[in-house]
Amino acid sequence: MRVAVPVFPGSNCDHDALHACGTVMGWDTIPIWHQETRLPENTELVFVPGGFSYGDYLRCGAIAALAPIMADVRRHAEQGGLVLGVCNGFQILCEAQLLPGALLRNESLRFIHADIHLRVERADLPFTRAMKAGEVFQVPIAHAEGNFMIDPADLTDLEARSGVVFRYCSPQGEIGAAHVPNGAMNGIAGIVNVRGNVLGMMPHPERAVDPRLGATGGLGVFRSLAGAFAGI
Amino acid sequence: MKVRVSVQLKPGILDPQGKAVEHGLHGFGFEVDHVRIGRLIDMDVSGTDPAEVKAKALAMCEKLLVNPVMEKASIEVL
Repeated sequence: MRVAVPVFPGSNCDHDALHACGTVMGWDTIPIWHQETRLPENTELVFVPGGFSYGDYLRCGAIAALAPIMADVRRHAEQGGLVLGVCNGFQILCEAQLLPGALLRNESLRFIHADIHLRVERADLPFTRAMKAGEVFQVPIAHAEGNFMIDPADLTDLEARSGVVFRYCSPQGEIGAAHVPNGAMNGIAGIVNVRGNVLGMMPHPERAVDPRLGATGGLGVFRSLAGAFAGI
Repeated sequence: MKVRVSVQLKPGILDPQGKAVEHGLHGFGFEVDHVRIGRLIDMDVSGTDPAEVKAKALAMCEKLLVNPVMEKASIEVL
């Protein structure tokens, strides 16, 4: 199983992604510079990492979405390959129009770093199949622009097609504005495309996979991907 | 030709930055409402026909300068 991690100027979670996929999961994980035009042969998962690509100039993720490597990421996605975008990676996937919607400045205007809880809304995806629908897990967030928004009509579509994969919730799994850290519509923390192979999420599962670092809440995503790779 | 693209959040989209500035202005006693923060992009665009130059700027907005999910733009050929 091979994972490619595109690295943009200003990416700062690329090593978290490499650690989670490479060191913890033991996958063949290859960083790939944004100027490259081809993903490594036989890439199964593209992990678009967090950070501040291109200094967040213009809009978060807008410039990275145009980077040379992104054309091949798009081809990979169109062929059904798996793409996971976390934090700035989610913003990049939205700007690249691989996912609908946009991430606005947090309602509080502040950069927020905190451990939050997510509820699994869909457990039938390669990214979630080792989890259960309704399951609650804890992972960190660290962002200033995580306030997910989308046209009302598109929001209706997104919800109707069960495009929401993760929602912010209380430790007990309750949904509601009080549990949404950034103002995101409907408490949306992560969404998937229609085909089910491109997932974007603001929270960082890759930062909660190593018991030596004190948290393992994000392992469900990686165990799911391991199952998907193994064809289970 | 000189072109100015002004990008604004769409009406109805919460602008926390604008709100914060509005609160700041209220603190100075100014009576203001609906403060919205946008972005101005000035550039020199090749060409001499204003309509053609405006069309180019519009294409730039569609490709990169504006995210239609949350923003709208107006274009001025100066």
